Amino acid sequence: MIEAVLIVGGLGLVSALGLGLASLKFRVEVDPRVEALEGVLPGANCGACGYAGCSALAKALAEGAAEPTACTPGGAEVAGAIAGILGVEAGTTVRRIAVVHCRGGRGVALDKGVYVGVPDCRAAALVGGGPKLCSAGCLGLGTCERACPFGAIHLDGAGLPRVAPDRCTGCGACVDACPKRIIDLEPDGCRVHVRCRSTDRGKAVKAVCSEGCIGCGRCAKACPVDAIAMDRGLARIDPDACVSCGRCAAVCPTANIDDLVAGRCKALIDEPACIGCGKCARVCPVDAIAGERKAPHRVDADRCVGCGRCAPVCPAGAIRDGDPIPTSVETAA
Amino acid sequence: MSAGRTFKRGGVHPPGEKHRTAAVAVEDAPLPERLVVPVSQHIGAPARPVVKKGDRVLAGQVLAEAVGFVSVPVHAPTSGTVRRVDVAPHPMGTPQPAIEIEADGDDAWAEPLEPIPAPEAADPSVLRRRIQEAGIVGLGGATFPTHVKLSPPPEATIDAVILNGVECEPYLTADHRLMLEAAGEILAGLQIVLHLFGLERGWVGIEENKPDAIAEMGRRAGDGGWAEVVPLEIKYPQGAEKQLIQAVLGREVPSGALPMAVGAVVQNVATAAAIHAAVVRGRPLVERVVTVTGPGVREPKNLRFRVGTPVRHLVDRCGGLTGDVAKVVLGGPMMGLAQHTLDVPAIKGTSGVLCLTRDRVRTAPAGPCLRCGRCVDACPMGLEPTGIAAAIGADLVEEADRYHALDCIECGSCAYVCPAFIPLVQSIRYAKGRVLSWRRKRGR
Repeated sequence: MIEAVLIVGGLGLVSALGLGLASLKFRVEVDPRVEALEGVLPGANCGACGYAGCSALAKALAEGAAEPTACTPGGAEVAGAIAGILGVEAGTTVRRIAVVHCRGGRGVALDKGVYVGVPDCRAAALVGGGPKLCSAGCLGLGTCERACPFGAIHLDGAGLPRVAPDRCTGCGACVDACPKRIIDLEPDGCRVHVRCRSTDRGKAVKAVCSEGCIGCGRCAKACPVDAIAMDRGLARIDPDACVSCGRCAAVCPTANIDDLVAGRCKALIDEPACIGCGKCARVCPVDAIAGERKAPHRVDADRCVGCGRCAPVCPAGAIRDGDPIPTSVETAA
Repeated sequence: MSAGRTFKRGGVHPPGEKHRTAAVAVEDAPLPERLVVPVSQHIGAPARPVVKKGDRVLAGQVLAEAVGFVSVPVHAPTSGTVRRVDVAPHPMGTPQPAIEIEADGDDAWAEPLEPIPAPEAADPSVLRRRIQEAGIVGLGGATFPTHVKLSPPPEATIDAVILNGVECEPYLTADHRLMLEAAGEILAGLQIVLHLFGLERGWVGIEENKPDAIAEMGRRAGDGGWAEVVPLEIKYPQGAEKQLIQAVLGREVPSGALPMAVGAVVQNVATAAAIHAAVVRGRPLVERVVTVTGPGVREPKNLRFRVGTPVRHLVDRCGGLTGDVAKVVLGGPMMGLAQHTLDVPAIKGTSGVLCLTRDRVRTAPAGPCLRCGRCVDACPMGLEPTGIAAAIGADLVEEADRYHALDCIECGSCAYVCPAFIPLVQSIRYAKGRVLSWRRKRGR
């Protein structure tokens, strides 16, 4: 009996000693910040940062290999938390969301024929470029929908992907999944989009799609801030220059340009309240505001496009909504 | 039981359907008014146009020059005026740069390349250069530049040249007719290829459904034994390079390797005839034979056409389409490409214009895999098509690679036998693209 206790006890003692020594000698240094960083990352493992997942990014952040703003889905909030843990400045992030540059759904864009094959856009694109006659057209088989880790893209009734802006985190998974390269990440601030990527001539576009960009250039002429450039037969909006005034959408003959601003109004300056600082005049992209220094300023209603940039900069809160500007849909009707 | 040789693994037996045109002699298609000549009619870098709008060109003149080694020039198919240098419909489905020529009807020829009347005395490098200059590509349908195939690296030893007269695709008879009508030129082309490798003896593989071609080629080859005509059992895809090598020589090309790994070079019979014309007569490749056939065309024919001739023109020459045509395929029914318009040009790789009626076209949606294993039995490469398709369907690229997706020759045997109509070849083609980019990313 006593022998057994001694043998088992002795074995236990020796093993404990061995384990204890090993844990001292072979100890793995764990950066406590990695765990903390993992805690603040979203945990979706979407891969938008370019790392294998959230833990991989946490490790890279701790090593200084990634910027605090690397997590796009997390946005400014997560970037701030990361910067706090790492003790650095967060920098700024511009929220970007996915935009689908095609409106050639069923009944709008023509098909080459009946497609009987693998229900995946990337596989369909291998069969003569896909079933759409337009070589830049959305194939509508939902590969982007399945690629989205946040459930922010769904095909609508016409088989076109619709992005839910509040769910989209700008991770870019759909951008990579689309074989036609018609999805882009664009700054959330730009609310007007050309929904076409075909650089074909107008006649060729019209032959295959009733709502494609025909390259007429009317939008570029209508743009008060020169944010639209014509690239072969296609209008392209520079999202950084665009003021989302919607004038391009109003003149587009094929109604291709999307205007997502719900309603805009002309700016109106409450003259007694205006202190004449001139800040609004400086931010106005169309030079619609004028006035003497230290005297009330006025808005030229004919020029004002209702972009809304002046109101937030007014230190006196003297700018409010004036007459509503009809939207492009109302203009058309 | 057939006496012919064949490959070991897999294979299928689709109905031949060759009766429509097998006995119809090749006829010259009249020149169309306009020809659309794509600068990319081969695998490799597209040729660079050297003519511009308004230029007058003569038949055989270079329209676009080769860019690099794996590239061939494109020649004017007839004399006329360049009307456009722009993107145009292409048999591959997406519009591609092409040179549009308005024919003047004179069909005046430019000075030919200098003929080499005695190729057996010429330097191999001169012959290889000539084959590139003449724009010759594999006419079996793959359109790989022929001079590249005939220039193996110095460490490879080539001891066998096989001419491919199998034409295993159902419906097609263009090679069959060529073997009956131009056996001498084909064999002269074989002699040139043998000379390039310093060999004495070559093989011609022909399936047993063409006994007249076997007899004619054997008669023309004579008793010297330098060209052995090998009758082959009828089985698809016997005309695939690796299967033909196995059938004729009994050698198996290892996974991931090229035929030269087993010392073999395979050339299509039409390519051999084109090599002969380029070398001995100095003629660039501007025409070929195509079979316009199927239940959807009124008078099926074998037509010799100039490259760039619109498919519509060829179909019109055959009495036009019947009312119930549902699908037009360029190439054969197993590997051909379905077209959405007859305005595409027929090009160097166009071996068939197949017009199928509604009853021959399957549009049923795919069902679930029954795990019956027929695709595995049919695969001539010994692959597991359903495994590859399932792997890539679940986005498992590495798994698809482990199933050797890259060894697939896209012959279509698996999809042909699948009782659930699963588009297996398309899935595997997609898997191949994904595997390749995955391997590139991993830096292998």
